[in-house]
Amino acid sequence: MTIVYDDRGDEETQDVPVRRIRFTINGEKKIAEVEPRLLLAHLIRQGLRLTGTHTGCDTTNCGACTVLVDGTAVKSCTMLAVQADGHEIQTVEGLATASELHPLQEGFKEEHGLQCGFCTPGMMMAAKALLDRNPDPTEEDVRWALSGNLCRCTGYQNIVKSVLWAADKLRSQAG
Amino acid sequence: MYPSRFRYEAPHSLDEAIGLLTNGGDYAKVLAGGQSLVPLMKLRFASPELVVDINNVPGLAYHRAEPDGTLRIGALCRHADLERSQLLASTQPTLAAAAPLIADPIVRNRGTLVGSICHADPQGDWASAVLSLGGSIVAQGPGGRRSIPVAEFVTGPFQTVLEPDEIAIEATIPPAQGTRAGGYLKLERRVGDFATVGVAVSVETSGTVVTRAGIALTGVGGSTIGATEAAAALTGRPLTAESIGEAARLAADAARPRTDHRGSAEYKRHMVATFVERILGRVTEPAERAA
Repeated sequence: MTIVYDDRGDEETQDVPVRRIRFTINGEKKIAEVEPRLLLAHLIRQGLRLTGTHTGCDTTNCGACTVLVDGTAVKSCTMLAVQADGHEIQTVEGLATASELHPLQEGFKEEHGLQCGFCTPGMMMAAKALLDRNPDPTEEDVRWALSGNLCRCTGYQNIVKSVLWAADKLRSQAG
Repeated sequence: MYPSRFRYEAPHSLDEAIGLLTNGGDYAKVLAGGQSLVPLMKLRFASPELVVDINNVPGLAYHRAEPDGTLRIGALCRHADLERSQLLASTQPTLAAAAPLIADPIVRNRGTLVGSICHADPQGDWASAVLSLGGSIVAQGPGGRRSIPVAEFVTGPFQTVLEPDEIAIEATIPPAQGTRAGGYLKLERRVGDFATVGVAVSVETSGTVVTRAGIALTGVGGSTIGATEAAAALTGRPLTAESIGEAARLAADAARPRTDHRGSAEYKRHMVATFVERILGRVTEPAERAA
């Protein structure tokens, strides 16, 4: 795994601070060497080549880069990769199995919860954090939980329906 | 975007963290939730040489009430912890009202109240809420601990009295002198935007008389504004339409808003008065609020 940085030209390579971290991503254990300034979103996208996590605004607004860290939704453009040391990360790639979509993914398909799809991975991960905590959310709960994720296509209506669809399916599976 | 190069340390104790800050060169920053610091570093508004991440320091994630009623909020207590807190919901109406209005739900999972106050953004909501309650920040440095009232802690936009080798370890809210009521209202264009106007009002009443009042304003000046004259207009008398109206007028006078893309100065000043009246109107008409 290689991440390439710009060379400022004024430092010896051995003076560039690098740290070795150990973490789990989608159930797989990993060790990485990172510069402290590397953001978690970049470790995921460039280091691990998991490009399902999108970087949209890059300013902590849009939520397209949302992943779960120890089950909690986090904007991965606003967390340092070194801070993932010892933690468990889930990205959108961890939702489906080889043969089956996750109910959230099915929900987005059934209820037309996406158009361009850019915000979708972040929406799904924020929704997963909600459903893990509250398996029977109201429409208001869903809107509240997704209020840190921006979508410029759908007007949110179908995204909310998709999450409620997934909640129904997950409850019927559990029941 | 990524930050400029820095050295990163993640100590496991406060003493170690303070030691790193003491010996850490000219420009070190403490990293807690990172929801303000990391964006600033990415935009290169802040380029610390050393980042001391305190997330591995145990025993800072608490919020609890002492037997005397003092509320203590640790440096790693996240906004989301406060949003879901039964303790806040039952004893701290102003803080409970502010918690769900901080940034957005995902940012609230990581950001901290103490960090927000240390960031000292004039548009930060927590500083107003805590200021209205007469709260303080407890700072620990090589020489020990000191408690600094928030009114003196924030000295200007993004400026505090915190020394380079000090860490803000907790915020404290003094016990109520009587029954506590209040609220926080925020006008924002959308979730996650900075406040166009934010108003925190906290009152403590004994019988019908207000024994202590605090009013603080967000986003309408170069730093968080304590509207002390407005609060004084409420104190020592029952809450009436007249006293509320006077406090609203004085709070609007205390605001120093500027016209910008979020609204005109006149509009923001008007909203300050409206919010003071709205919060205190709800305090005086709890039955109507429940209905």
